[in-house]
Amino acid sequence: MAERTTDSEQPTTERWELGGRDWSSRLIVGTGGFRSLSQMEAALEASGTEIVTVALRRVDPSAQGSLVELIDRLGLFCLPNTAGCYTARDAVRTAHLAREAFETEWVKLEVIGDDRTLLPDAPELLAAAETLVADGFTVLPYTNDDPVLAARLEAAGCAAVMPLGAPIGSGAGIRNPYNLRIIVEAASVPVICDAGIGTASDAALAMELGCDGVLLASAVSRAADPARMALAMRRAVEAGYAARRAGRIPRRLHAEASTTDDGLPELG
Amino acid sequence: MTVELNGAPLVLAPRTTVAAVVASTGAGGGRRGVAVAVDGEVVPRSAWGTTELSDGQRIEVLGAIQGG
Repeated sequence: MAERTTDSEQPTTERWELGGRDWSSRLIVGTGGFRSLSQMEAALEASGTEIVTVALRRVDPSAQGSLVELIDRLGLFCLPNTAGCYTARDAVRTAHLAREAFETEWVKLEVIGDDRTLLPDAPELLAAAETLVADGFTVLPYTNDDPVLAARLEAAGCAAVMPLGAPIGSGAGIRNPYNLRIIVEAASVPVICDAGIGTASDAALAMELGCDGVLLASAVSRAADPARMALAMRRAVEAGYAARRAGRIPRRLHAEASTTDDGLPELG
Repeated sequence: MTVELNGAPLVLAPRTTVAAVVASTGAGGGRRGVAVAVDGEVVPRSAWGTTELSDGQRIEVLGAIQGG
């Protein structure tokens, strides 16, 4: 008897490993851009995420509520980023500060080359990754959708590669699906599509292309209804993963009938 | 003595510790999500109480904020 695959209780994704730890959700949510902590809490819960990103800045005595307390209360893993760093030196220092602040060796490594596009600075990114791996960090680099750079980051010892779909916050979707496919094909560490996601179909496409996960922030936090979009993203990631595993049909130029011509009557 | 805290001058009594400066920012001594650098070097949390500041040093007290 065929295995039943339509049971709604059956998980549509399988557990996966990232950085030597076992995870259930394949959606990582950035906490940037939410209009309030309560709105963020509702969205994080709807997303089903287990990992959220946070940043470090000079303390603001007027800040209301504690972000870290909220994340701890929800039982989520806090992944610090190095957002705003333009050099390997600044990113490495920020990672060390984040390790002190959050008591984690994990870092989402961002080294930005240009403030208009926020695209990664490849040489600085690779240099920072090499240093942080040597310092014992679990490095998750935000990178260009460049298969060669992704391979270099993996060779440097990064725990994953996180190619962009499009510039941060652009919501432009996956601009070069071929490059993502090439990165996925070559990588033996998890590939997480990070940045550029605008709506649910973008997240589903990333997973259909073979990504192991999706990291997004603005698409949820700046949506008109963040909690509703978070749920949409959760389902999109699950659907894209399931479709990838299910094996899609090839694209054809011409039609292929799904109804046989055998037994067609002559009615003329 | 005068130090620089998060980019602004601050007059302190001699031998003020990092822990006292962190407390003065409202960031909370034991709380997770706070990190300190003095003259660009990370000061581990375990050393905040024993690290005394000296005139002219630059102190950065950082806390968690929302970020992608």
